[in-house]
Amino acid sequence: MSEDNTPDAPAVQDPARRAFFGVSASAAAAAAGFVALAPGVRLMELAHAQSAYPAAGKFASSKIRWGMLIDTTKCATGCSACVSACNTENAIEPGSGRPAQSSQWIRKIELTEQADGHRELSLPMMCQHCANPPCVDVCPTGASFKRADGIVLVDRHICIGCRYCMMACPYQARSFVDEPLHDQNPEVPRGQGCVEACTLCVQRIDRGLGPACVEACTQAGHGAMLFGDLNDPKSEIATRIATTASSQVRADLRLDPGVRYQGI
Amino acid sequence: MAATNIVYREIANKRATWALLALCGLFIVAGAGAHLTMEHYGHVITGMDNRIVWGLPHVFAVFLIVAASGALNVASTASVFGKSIYKPLAPLSALLALALLAGGLTVLMLDLGRPDRIIVAATTYNFKSVFAWNVFLYTGFFTIVGAYLWMMMERRMNAYAKHLGAAAFIWRLVLTTGTGSIFGFLVARQAYQSAVLAPTFIAFSLSYGTAIYLLVLAGACAIDDRPLGDAIVRRLKNLLATFVAASLYLVAVLHLTNLYFTRNHGIENFILMDGGIFTGLFWIGQVGIGSVLPLVLLLAPAKANLVRNRVLTASAAVVIGGFCQMYVTIIGGQAWPLNLFPGYKVSSSFFDGEVHNYAPSIWEIMLGLGGVALAIAIVFLALRLLRFLPERLDDATLDPSHAHAD
Repeated sequence: MSEDNTPDAPAVQDPARRAFFGVSASAAAAAAGFVALAPGVRLMELAHAQSAYPAAGKFASSKIRWGMLIDTTKCATGCSACVSACNTENAIEPGSGRPAQSSQWIRKIELTEQADGHRELSLPMMCQHCANPPCVDVCPTGASFKRADGIVLVDRHICIGCRYCMMACPYQARSFVDEPLHDQNPEVPRGQGCVEACTLCVQRIDRGLGPACVEACTQAGHGAMLFGDLNDPKSEIATRIATTASSQVRADLRLDPGVRYQGI
Repeated sequence: MAATNIVYREIANKRATWALLALCGLFIVAGAGAHLTMEHYGHVITGMDNRIVWGLPHVFAVFLIVAASGALNVASTASVFGKSIYKPLAPLSALLALALLAGGLTVLMLDLGRPDRIIVAATTYNFKSVFAWNVFLYTGFFTIVGAYLWMMMERRMNAYAKHLGAAAFIWRLVLTTGTGSIFGFLVARQAYQSAVLAPTFIAFSLSYGTAIYLLVLAGACAIDDRPLGDAIVRRLKNLLATFVAASLYLVAVLHLTNLYFTRNHGIENFILMDGGIFTGLFWIGQVGIGSVLPLVLLLAPAKANLVRNRVLTASAAVVIGGFCQMYVTIIGGQAWPLNLFPGYKVSSSFFDGEVHNYAPSIWEIMLGLGGVALAIAIVFLALRLLRFLPERLDDATLDPSHAHAD
């Protein structure tokens, strides 16, 4: 009995107690971890739940194809909110040279039908993020490339500035950086002597957001630009393209652009 | 047989030789200065922009590269087609080909936005790019023609020269096809997008290369007081006339095929009718000075003592016409706007729908002339240091049978 009263007596219950304390400790740690991580996890969940682009903010995947649908009937003549937003987001400023020497990742084109001279349209034109991009085909070093999710980009590190891609682009969507740059956005590296173009604001997409131009168009009250995953049949852009007539610019070249237009 | 007793000799250590090299040196230094200035300030100081992305440097570079291939004509005629009269002239032909290619590529490389990344261009390839193919074609051309030259000049290797000559002949045809395809594959631009461009560029190369060869040969002989016989000039005259006529024919085919397609009437009207400087350069420069005038000079009957001057004048006219042709092809083709929305008048801050103007800057002119000077300097420095040219180039030396016949 004495043995029962020895200080070691509780050791008889040791496994159970140890298990109890172990479980308790684990639970406490888990709880502490939950308390510590939950806000972040919750915020991420909320962000994705509220994001118009559920596939954004993840690794680029070939299951996704980012694209844009532009409703030219809603695009206002004289409005350049998309251009300003692009310039602000990507830190693009007019250069010191001639206007044709400044980068323009997105531009507004005003159209007048030649037949009647009355019908007027306005639309934004930028890199069309083709599925079969001629700029990627002609680039000698492979600096022009297409990301898995369909975004056509330029690798600043291996672009030699030959401008062959600019010759090959049917949309005149690329610009050449003609002079030294200052005050760049660290997320959008640009460089003198390299070619550049619209990236669909890839830095925003990777944060779960859409392109700045689309956001600006919506904020300006036009809602002419719709961004989304063309491969997701449930996405708004895929639904709209499936149900309303849209067209591709220079469809004759069969480049399968990721940017489509309504109302042309 | 004629070539067996021919003695080859360096051009003499004369003041004229060094004066020419010094002049070339000045242009090379000016070209290097232009390049450094462009690299420091950026292309903003040039006439090029986002609409005319390839400017005067490309006119010079492509002209020199195309001419390089054609400069090999004389060597090919000797080795591949077995015309022994050309054999003594073959080393100069190969040397000129290498020098022109070096000059052209130098201009092309120094006009890059990032010329410091040339090692990237040499080590990182996209094999679908016509440009990347051309990198291989250029390096292959240097290798094959270099080996061919060595085998022609090294007596022990003479027996193999014929085989290398054949390889060089095929390679240079492929090279010019590649250069023409740089433009021919640009389906987006109405001025290009034609399969006819590749054979047209081959014809241009034959014509420009032969013309430059004649001028360099005459220049080298004049600078060193070497006799140059009429027989070889007369033969090259007929060759040049054939190439000029072939070029003109293919240019006509190119424009007629474009005119067949209604969608191309705009660009054709621009180049042929109301393109301002481009129309002028096409009709007066490319067709008038570069084709019709040389054909008249080369084919019209002339007194024997006038033939040489006529051939050299025709050669100079072909070179001038060649520059005009490159200007019209490269700059004119870009000046015409892309047609994104058929049936609409368009306007934008990026000059959509507008014919674009281009005025080359002094830096581009200096860079281009620097490339030409580099090519000339390589040729004359090599002629001064090595035995590329026969001591005598008169009819009796080159073609004894001709001398006897006379």
